[in-house]
Amino acid sequence: MTEHRSDLAEQKLSTLTLDGELVEFTKGETIYEIANRHRKEVPTLCYDERLEAFGACRLCVVEVEGIRNPVASCTTAATDGMVIKTSTEAIEKHRKTLLELVASENRNVDVNALSGYSSQEMTILVDRYSARTGRFSGKQSGTSNTGDKNPFILRDYDNCISCYRCVRVCAEREGDYAINVMNRGFHTQIITEFNNDLRDSNCTFCGQCVQTCPTGALGDKKALRDADTEGEIKKTRTICPYCGVGCSVDMLSKGDKIVGIQPAMDGPANEGALCIKGQYAFDFIQNDDRLAKPLVRREDGELHECEWDEALDRAAEGFKKVKDQYGRHAVYGIASGRAPHEAAYTMQKYIRATYGTNYIDNCSRS
Amino acid sequence: MSNPLADMEKPDVIFAIGTNMTECHPVAATRLKRALTDGATMVVVDPRKTRLAKMAHLHLPIRVGSDVALLLAMAHVIQRDGLIDESFIAERTADSEAFLSHIQQFTPEWAAEICEVPAEDIERAGKLYGRGNPSAIYYTLGITEHICGVDNVQSLCNLALMTGNLGLEGGGINPMRGQNNIQGAGDCGAVPANFPGFQPCDNPDNAAKFAKLYGRDSIDAERGITKVTALNEAGKSIHAMLIDGENTVVTDPDKNHCEHALKSLDHLVVIDIFLTETGQLADVVLPATAWGETDGVQANTERRVQRLRKAVEPWGEAKPDWWIVSEIAKRMGTPGFEYESAKDVFNELCELSPIYAGLDWDRIDEGKYHWPVPDKEHPGTPRLHEGEFKNGMKGLFKVIGYRDPAEVISDDFPLWLTTGRRLEAYHSRTQTGRSAGIEYLLSHESLEVHPDDADSLGLVHGGMAKMASARGEIEIQVKVTDKSPKGTVFTSFSFANVPVNILTGSGYDPVTQTAELKVCPVKVTPVA
Repeated sequence: MTEHRSDLAEQKLSTLTLDGELVEFTKGETIYEIANRHRKEVPTLCYDERLEAFGACRLCVVEVEGIRNPVASCTTAATDGMVIKTSTEAIEKHRKTLLELVASENRNVDVNALSGYSSQEMTILVDRYSARTGRFSGKQSGTSNTGDKNPFILRDYDNCISCYRCVRVCAEREGDYAINVMNRGFHTQIITEFNNDLRDSNCTFCGQCVQTCPTGALGDKKALRDADTEGEIKKTRTICPYCGVGCSVDMLSKGDKIVGIQPAMDGPANEGALCIKGQYAFDFIQNDDRLAKPLVRREDGELHECEWDEALDRAAEGFKKVKDQYGRHAVYGIASGRAPHEAAYTMQKYIRATYGTNYIDNCSRS
Repeated sequence: MSNPLADMEKPDVIFAIGTNMTECHPVAATRLKRALTDGATMVVVDPRKTRLAKMAHLHLPIRVGSDVALLLAMAHVIQRDGLIDESFIAERTADSEAFLSHIQQFTPEWAAEICEVPAEDIERAGKLYGRGNPSAIYYTLGITEHICGVDNVQSLCNLALMTGNLGLEGGGINPMRGQNNIQGAGDCGAVPANFPGFQPCDNPDNAAKFAKLYGRDSIDAERGITKVTALNEAGKSIHAMLIDGENTVVTDPDKNHCEHALKSLDHLVVIDIFLTETGQLADVVLPATAWGETDGVQANTERRVQRLRKAVEPWGEAKPDWWIVSEIAKRMGTPGFEYESAKDVFNELCELSPIYAGLDWDRIDEGKYHWPVPDKEHPGTPRLHEGEFKNGMKGLFKVIGYRDPAEVISDDFPLWLTTGRRLEAYHSRTQTGRSAGIEYLLSHESLEVHPDDADSLGLVHGGMAKMASARGEIEIQVKVTDKSPKGTVFTSFSFANVPVNILTGSGYDPVTQTAELKVCPVKVTPVA
């Protein structure tokens, strides 16, 4: 077998000049990574730090002394002694022109922020560069797939800018290769194999393509149900409630309504990844089947809603009665593997402190 | 897991056994996929042709319940070919002689008969695992939900010990925990064998310590009974139960027995977010807050302790579980439940648990720590067993023999049923079944049957079948697919209208009392 794969060659620090300042970098870093680290705000649309750099959008170009044409900083490895300018008049003009082209080509520059984690990237850049000039308005590329009736992923390719982030995240991060690119240039179209609906492809509906899309061409259909709901979008960092991986997510809410989920790109367990359950199976929380009040079984043998005091009194009385009649080993507690620590801790304490037994378990045996 | 999730991108050889990871832990599986892209080699042991199995360099579709035989033969190959790590065995293990002499008799040819896979493949699996630098083991309930679950796990430990694949980046023995906080439930002491922080109950010092902490004269210095025993004792010695957030009658084996058990109680109190099938049997049902409605803590499969945060106000009058349990305790006159917040409860746990001693509510804000964190200066322990085992102890080899499952196929029940999960559903679907859109992808349950079995049994794709075990029978729609091997059928337990756990429950592991949910002989006949 191979040598231990984590054995990396010793890394040596080098230096280059970034906007007049001497900075250190590690061999293998790209100009974009170094500029980003120094908060240069180099614009990008095809860049997702989790993916291999792609060099498609050309917004990240910079000037490198000794090289005639501007270079794409995301795909250019830094070398010792490089002299780089991340923002010159010529480069800014080039960036604005590109954004004017992109803005003109898309049906909507403004998309709802519920579309996805990265959905505002293009809008923000278009505004930063005052690129809503309509200078190039005319033909538009991309054809929306309105036939795919899946309830999760909006495929509004009229807004596609061919950055391929969706295709790349599906391949590089998920390993699913569910989508690919058909045709090139103005006729580029993101499709599944045989152009089927996503349901009939390798797609697992993890939503990663949606969350990396910088234009809202791919949108979170479930979250967008609340596009017109009143209120600001609030993000609350929490952990997914399904399996044991413990993915970090941001729960999106408007007022007291939960409207969607976005992956936390800095989540330590998932680094931005999610699956269909964590991404889309959140609305059980505010489902009408939820228990809104305590229930007690009355003389008619049926469960009836009641106030908390009555229910808690009944709960305690029942336990007292059993304890008095049959002794302290007649009561058993089953804690949840789904509820937080505080639930499990108080459950075991309740049993041990009240009955002096270890008659407590959880659901891990089945 | 002995190793952090990040290590899943680093093994040289991946040995995944009894884990349908792309469906049950999809995000963890993405890391294995990246390891494969980087050149790792993967061996998958699973009766079914899962997505993970399709990605493997070597797939061993062993007969359900034959894992021990396979692992013995792999150990045999590793020793025979001199792939053992002599210095690791000498420095860090004990009882190796008995084990190494025991495995000499278990050849790949012997195991091939039991596992129903070619001896050459067993041979190759042993060599791949033995030569990997490092090799990592990943497993899930396909290993534990057997009458020999403990034997299976110890057989995996033997492999890791003999090859020194512990305490290494990208190696280790890595069980993937199935529920978001099943790790935490154990950490918190919600088990009959341990106080919080895995402090054994049968140690009198621990019992005395907790008695004092909890304001009692004494707490039994012996293990309590397990849930399985408690359900068997319902109506006999157990007369009241408090169940928090578990739909026992759907998710547990032998549904009829379980339902009967809960009905024989004098008093059943259920805390949940929905009126589940279990709640419907209760005397009192108490509405708990759900995800996003309360602050709290959970621990993931890599022992990372992370914060849950409240985003919205609770539904109706729902209350946090800890508040509900505390209110019952106060009414019972039990002291020590004057908590005002989840933070109060968690910080008390940290004070009483040696593995959480270095943690508190504020320190876990960013989810950086993997337990054990023995003190405030400690950085946490992403990787266990580096350099030495806990307290300098030795890793013990266990001499294990193969046993048949509790029930084996017969003329009456000629097919093996194995059960599991599906990507789009979670357990009894109380949550995923109430989330819009999921039914577009998974609308009903089905029984996966190999085409040859379908032919010989007269089953048609999409038709209905009757499936019976020694305990009961259900009706289920047939899906003809070669995902299941010939002679084995598969379904999940997610749909209440196809209560497959009426059939299961043939036996339990004698040590853990985990049910043999992965093996159940059945008979399948077409329904006209």
